[in-house]
Amino acid sequence: MNGDKILTVDRLTMRFGGIVAVQDLSFDAERKKITALIGPNGAGKTTVFNCITGFYKPSAGAIRLAHDDGRVIALERLNDFRIAKQAKVARTFQNIRLFPGMTALENLMVAQHNALMRASGFTLLGLVGAPGYRDAEKRAIDLATDWLRRVNLLDRADDAAGNFAYGDQRRLEIARAMCTEPALLCLDEPAAGLNARESAALSELLLSIRNELGTSILLIEHDMSVVMEISDHIVVMDHGVKIAEGTPREVRDDPKVIAAYLGADEEEAVAVMESGT
Amino acid sequence: MTAPSTNTAKPATGILALLKTAFINALVALVLFSLMVGIRTEAGSSGQLTYWTRFGELASLVAIVFGGSIVIELLRQWIGPTGAEKLVPPALQSGMSLIGRYLTPALLIFTLLVPVIFYDQRYILDLAILVLTYVMLGWGLNVVVGLAGLLDLGYVAFYAVGAYSYGLLATNFGWSFWICLPLAGILAAFWGVLLGFPVLRLRGDYLAIVTLAFGEIIRLVIINWQELTGGPNGVSGIPRPTFFGIPLDNSDEGFAARLGIEYSPTHRIVFLFYLILALALLTNWVTIRLRRLPIGRAWEALREDEVACRALGINTTTTKLTAFATGAMFGGFAGAFFATRQGFISPESFTFQESALVLAIVVLGGMGSQLGVALAALAMIGGFELFRGLETYRMLVFGMAMVLIMIWRPRGLIGHRAPTVFLTKAQAISSDLVKEGHG
Amino acid sequence: MDYFAQQLINGLVLGSIYGLIAIGYTMVYGIVGMINFAHGDIFMIGGFIALITFLILISLGLTAIPVILLVVLLVSMAITALYGWTIERIAYRPLRHSFRLAPMLSAIGMSFVLTNYSQVAQGARVKPIPPFITGGYTLHESPDGFVIQLSNIQIMVVITTIVLLVIFNWLVSRTRLGRDMRACEQDQTMAALLGVDVDRTISMTFVIGAALAAVAGLMYLLYYGLVDFFMGFVAGIKAFTAAVLGGIGSLPGAMLGGLAIGLIETFWSAYFSVEYKDVAAFSILIVVLIFMPTGLLGRPEVEKV
Repeated sequence: MNGDKILTVDRLTMRFGGIVAVQDLSFDAERKKITALIGPNGAGKTTVFNCITGFYKPSAGAIRLAHDDGRVIALERLNDFRIAKQAKVARTFQNIRLFPGMTALENLMVAQHNALMRASGFTLLGLVGAPGYRDAEKRAIDLATDWLRRVNLLDRADDAAGNFAYGDQRRLEIARAMCTEPALLCLDEPAAGLNARESAALSELLLSIRNELGTSILLIEHDMSVVMEISDHIVVMDHGVKIAEGTPREVRDDPKVIAAYLGADEEEAVAVMESGT
Repeated sequence: MTAPSTNTAKPATGILALLKTAFINALVALVLFSLMVGIRTEAGSSGQLTYWTRFGELASLVAIVFGGSIVIELLRQWIGPTGAEKLVPPALQSGMSLIGRYLTPALLIFTLLVPVIFYDQRYILDLAILVLTYVMLGWGLNVVVGLAGLLDLGYVAFYAVGAYSYGLLATNFGWSFWICLPLAGILAAFWGVLLGFPVLRLRGDYLAIVTLAFGEIIRLVIINWQELTGGPNGVSGIPRPTFFGIPLDNSDEGFAARLGIEYSPTHRIVFLFYLILALALLTNWVTIRLRRLPIGRAWEALREDEVACRALGINTTTTKLTAFATGAMFGGFAGAFFATRQGFISPESFTFQESALVLAIVVLGGMGSQLGVALAALAMIGGFELFRGLETYRMLVFGMAMVLIMIWRPRGLIGHRAPTVFLTKAQAISSDLVKEGHG
Repeated sequence: MDYFAQQLINGLVLGSIYGLIAIGYTMVYGIVGMINFAHGDIFMIGGFIALITFLILISLGLTAIPVILLVVLLVSMAITALYGWTIERIAYRPLRHSFRLAPMLSAIGMSFVLTNYSQVAQGARVKPIPPFITGGYTLHESPDGFVIQLSNIQIMVVITTIVLLVIFNWLVSRTRLGRDMRACEQDQTMAALLGVDVDRTISMTFVIGAALAAVAGLMYLLYYGLVDFFMGFVAGIKAFTAAVLGGIGSLPGAMLGGLAIGLIETFWSAYFSVEYKDVAAFSILIVVLIFMPTGLLGRPEVEKV
């Protein structure tokens, strides 16, 4: 493991009333790598995610994000939209949250809001139709078109997002997150509800994001075939604490991981073991 | 008072069931109206309360309910269970957008010609000005409710701020309408921000009730702060608008005298007509422009999913505030126009009923649709005018119309949403997909 | 001090009336999730029906005040409850699964209908009645001549409120209907799957809410000695404020909020200015919603992501 970490989670604790959802969790995510956070249902994965992306304020602990230019941002001190705007952390949601009444293209344009707002002189220049804004808008459309092509939805650019099939919505949501040009992309169960073919396409998409654009990815996933195939590093959680971490191979063979899954859900344990054979 | 439709009932039992339903409805009506309609109370000259019976009226009301439920039930069986959809066939519905393309320019040309066509009919000109005022208010509120999905039940407060800004500045300092107009808009926007800042993190119904409370507070302050606002007596003697400095009156310096034509009071009416038309079109133009700018897209995204907006780095508070302030500003403009048109303003013009009327126009229009709002304003204000003779029944009919319209078309006249940007072709988005906002 | 005590009594009585109305708001909001804008007007209708029943009974020659009060109470509760039931049936049920703004606008429309129906049917003028229940107790007389009065009507308002609350609490916590109501509040679909008649339960919610509002209307009539067609609007907003202040969806909260609003309004009028008493009530609504959006007894809302 080299020292180039983009995300450092240090002794993160999250309590809801008397319930401790996450306790003293520490892990790192490396730059330009895919890190997976796995664990049985109720392990606290989504809570960790919501802390990182600013939807929850952690009860204790630190979350640091190190940018390419050396800036280090304490995420636990920023709240909601500032994490996406200033720290450049983008996320998707377990239950897809697109703008269903807007077209696919519009969804991707909204994602470029902050850049376009500056270009439109906070609306005033845009209102009078300044040429600078028109160029910026054209570039934004180009970026959106590029992403629609990457996720194979270009022919449906002008359809309402709410009309898309489930798998298409998942890919569109990832494209939308990427249009914010993030340093760290956080995906909450991107393969949930996808069939085998769609899962394979998703793996390919995530690998291309890592390899071609060098975006670091942090993902929560249940689908072990996806996790084992694309992850560079895996962190395993159970009951709010970290029980193991390492490469896919190390994690797969770890008896503690197998026990956690066996104890929680037989089906998932089988999936972990089968993916090893 | 219609029973759940019995679609599965066979025709043979249909008539019996029909009569039974109608009988039960009539019975319910009898109990409901028995005391409220059957007995009329009035305070006598000595303050003593007396009453007399009105069984004739009661009987006819009950009979109307009985007959009405039979007719409605028959119509329902005739048209089928989904009556509303069949009344407006899908072909016609999809054709609406096509008609809309030609309807908009046609309506605009007609509107421009109204003072020419109806030059001698003062009543129609006055009514047209009234309709345009509500079109403008509807378009202004549409930014808040239709685009940003923020439910505002106190919009009339900004209308009042605009009206009193102009009224007080003009009567106290003698400032002209053209200076006061932008000031009225700015002041209303300022109040919008002032109210919006603390309350915009509230969601849905809470926001609705807070804006309602705010509207009432403004009205009560206007009533009670007599030194400034004149209280219930209002502000009178508000200067009429001038044609950019030239008064529209009978004097030697007046508009008519300068042009060398004979003076007519209609000149001022026509001028007011074009003034409100220009203001309304400005509102429309700005709104259409804003929709295609990032701020407008952020408003609509906010209506669709606020959490997703935050995840994309959009500052939801300032986005909501700008929507609120923009809507308030247009309300302020409309208020200043109202003041100069009436020459007199009082708190009576700024009741909750006005807010509800404007909101009904926006919702009936089909939230977010500019054409729909204009048509709804025409229908509502025009319909309201039809009942002018029956003063006390007016609000009763208006309330019933609101209920029936909501049941008939909960998504309004034009529910489709037009995309703000497209790659190959813009296609209308069905209202079923468009969200209504949460806060 | 005596002045303060007198205002405390007045405030609690007024608060009882607000609390009774607020329960109707909070019940409907808890189960259907909508603000029943017409509820204030239901209260007004209740007051009118009580007034008309009084007139009829007196002209029939009845003199026994307890009998008159009981009959008036039952008649106004029954007819007003039917109004509540009918309104839900006509204006809200067809829109139950419609988009969110539709029932709210329908409710606003219904509120206009009731206000103006009452104006058309009974005229615009204020309807006064002579005081029925007179007398009272002097609790304390200070040397400077100030007297703390507790009138019989005040005692009656408070006692009736307490009795109704006990019955109502029993209804919600101990009966089948109450259990169904709580089930519908949690999850309508699940409740329906488990055999709860959701339509009937929602209807009953409106019926009970309207009956309580009718009692409030009767109290208002007796306490102030008058009704008019427009009294529902402001009373409705204040009662809704009370429901929010107490924590919307919480029944004890609605009563607590009602008392709080009654006290605030009374003390504001007594010590500051009568003109601005409504401004004070509305400002408190705004302040409460900003700093305590779940109210005094409401459950905190957890944002699900």
